[in-house]
Amino acid sequence: MRIERIKKTIENKANEAVDLKLIDPVIEKYKGKKGILIPVLQGAQHIYGYIPKEVFIKISEECGLKLSDMYGVATFYAQFRLNPVGKHIIKVCHGTACHVQNANSITEAIQESLGVLDGETTEDRMFTLESVACLGCCSLAPAMMIGDDTYAKLTGKEAVNIIKNIKIKESN
Amino acid sequence: MEKTKVIVGLGSCGIAAGAFKTYQKLESILNADKLDFELKKTSCIGMCFREPLVEIIDRNGSYIYGNVDENRISEIIEKHIKNDEPIKEYVVATKLFETEDNKFFDAQVKIALRHCGTIDPESIIEYESQLGYEAIKKIAKEKITYEAVIQSILDSGIRGRGGGGFSTGMKWKFARNNKSDEKYIICNADEGDPGAFMDRSLLEGDPHAVLEGMIIGAFAIGATDGVIYCRAEYPLAIKRLNIAIEQAQQKGYLGKNILGIEGFNFDIHIKEGAGAFVCGEETALIASVEGERGMPRKRPPFPAESGLWRKPTNINNVETFANIPWIIYNGAAEYAKYGTEKSKGTKVFALAGKINHSGLVEVPMGITIRDIIFKLGGGIPNGKKFKAVQLGGPSGGCIPEFLADTVVDYDSVNATGAIMGSGGMVVMDEDTCMVDIAKFFLNFTQAESCGKCTFCRIGTKRMLEILERITNGNGKHEDIAKLEELAVQIKDNSLCGLGQTAPNPVLTTLKYFRDEYEAHIFAKKCPAKACKPLLTYEIIADKCTGCTICAVKCPVKAITGERKQVHFIHQEMCIKCGDCYSRCKFEAISLQ
Repeated sequence: MRIERIKKTIENKANEAVDLKLIDPVIEKYKGKKGILIPVLQGAQHIYGYIPKEVFIKISEECGLKLSDMYGVATFYAQFRLNPVGKHIIKVCHGTACHVQNANSITEAIQESLGVLDGETTEDRMFTLESVACLGCCSLAPAMMIGDDTYAKLTGKEAVNIIKNIKIKESN
Repeated sequence: MEKTKVIVGLGSCGIAAGAFKTYQKLESILNADKLDFELKKTSCIGMCFREPLVEIIDRNGSYIYGNVDENRISEIIEKHIKNDEPIKEYVVATKLFETEDNKFFDAQVKIALRHCGTIDPESIIEYESQLGYEAIKKIAKEKITYEAVIQSILDSGIRGRGGGGFSTGMKWKFARNNKSDEKYIICNADEGDPGAFMDRSLLEGDPHAVLEGMIIGAFAIGATDGVIYCRAEYPLAIKRLNIAIEQAQQKGYLGKNILGIEGFNFDIHIKEGAGAFVCGEETALIASVEGERGMPRKRPPFPAESGLWRKPTNINNVETFANIPWIIYNGAAEYAKYGTEKSKGTKVFALAGKINHSGLVEVPMGITIRDIIFKLGGGIPNGKKFKAVQLGGPSGGCIPEFLADTVVDYDSVNATGAIMGSGGMVVMDEDTCMVDIAKFFLNFTQAESCGKCTFCRIGTKRMLEILERITNGNGKHEDIAKLEELAVQIKDNSLCGLGQTAPNPVLTTLKYFRDEYEAHIFAKKCPAKACKPLLTYEIIADKCTGCTICAVKCPVKAITGERKQVHFIHQEMCIKCGDCYSRCKFEAISLQ
């Protein structure tokens, strides 16, 4: 059931201060309109990469939304995250076509290479590994998406190499 | 004389296959060599298995080149453009001479996909040049009434392409008959079925056709506002829709008194979905647009009576809307020429899985599944045996090989236990374990259940647990009976389509592949050799050379043996990772 999406909150180790000013334009845009809960949360996640607790409280106060409603929505939809994520989010497709073309081996290879499990973030906050239901790239299965780039017809080795190349680019 | 055109297919799949690099290369060639050709973009042509695709239209006609990477494009430009010599062996489709892949297009009838892969989706002028917005202009010019529009849609016989198969004309009639000062029309672009991607291709390839369909629908039912509910996973589709909406507003196809039709005010907004399969269900989708958890509501009242913001609302799928302008422009009778008695027109199928020609095809209803897979789809790769085809996503079922002569129409497909769904066809060969597939779908529906109905929430979980133990080799004798009992209860006691259809993948595989379940439970074997815990790896003494590679690499040191001596796998230690099997150069490891 969808409630199982709620993962244990990891303490914000870096103790980064969340800049609450960033969310002001989003609140300004939607304030007072109807049906805004999802777009506001999407806006917040777009800015911070996840939805920090402080931002929840600020939106609730300024837009007059109930915290319980917001939390209910944020935990219902797969898109919303309550924890900080890595700089690059690796979405490995586990749709039907990818499943029959052995998408599991892609996830396994990445897990082994990065030392994280599905849904986790590497310690250097560089990568988050996620499984997604379908990227709509079925004819080129198995596929994965990193940022806005889709990679198709993968093998475990190729997937790991793509990630290694990103690592090399980042360290330069 | 018209300039030679070079058109690059830049849909999501094309870009994933490297089409953008090909496009950039072409740009640089065009700039550097001052060649006289026109470089254009289009979207998915449907031939995903040959991506990236580049079409060249010269004075003789059209040539579609396949697998065009950066190197190949230079060669093609050099020979075809500069020296006027088409490279025949790279051409995958053309009307000018025979090619191996021509038959991929021959059996197709393109109505919904009529512009996909031929026009630039970001240009309203190109859409207009291909009879775009002519249907709504016809309504305005000939002063066609809304009753006549609804009657045309009824006469065409088109049924909802999203999966339900309900008559679109009836839906419009209901929404029209409910009086209200505000009415909504919603385009369901929350393509959640894993294995289906026609809506993405349509939105990326021909967004104006969807908009025009919605405008005609709005005119017919009297809607004041339109919403496209699109998955956030489709960023390119959202981008192109936004461009299309802006262009349509500038040209007066959206706004006040559209095309001079007095009092016809209509505009369209995009709502990005946030990722929940259940939001494909009408009432859950409405809840989501309103900013709530996407949980279905009880029907009646149906959305046509009380939908978005409690106002009459009509919801249709992307593909349905894309068909509408064609029907209005060409007439209902023309559309009803295609198809079977109860399922008219054409249907788009997304071919994927173990098939040679994966991609998008649009065929008349009434064609057999075998023709789609073998004639258009080119059969199964690597000489493997065709086992089954999964139709309808998590709500559908698996149709076995012996029923492959079933024709595709709503009723014939339903009779097999599967559903037409949105048209995702995932082909499976002998290496696919049907119990594993059933488990895969249950895993999906179980995770996507909204939690409202007890039977769906807990029943799917229990079914998944049973399937997990069967595939782990711990299946019990009574498990099949238990699965069947739970399936019936979940079907009977769930409010929405998700729960009512969730057991379908299990029921169809039990119906057609019961022997596989029995092999897992009683013999503890997986006939397709896909369920790892049920496999045994053994060394074939005759073939083993004693190279020691398997013993060295075994992660749990379960393999022993001296150099140049036959090795041995200790079954009690083996974790069945398959490492030895893939490493052995002498095929000396058997898999049972």
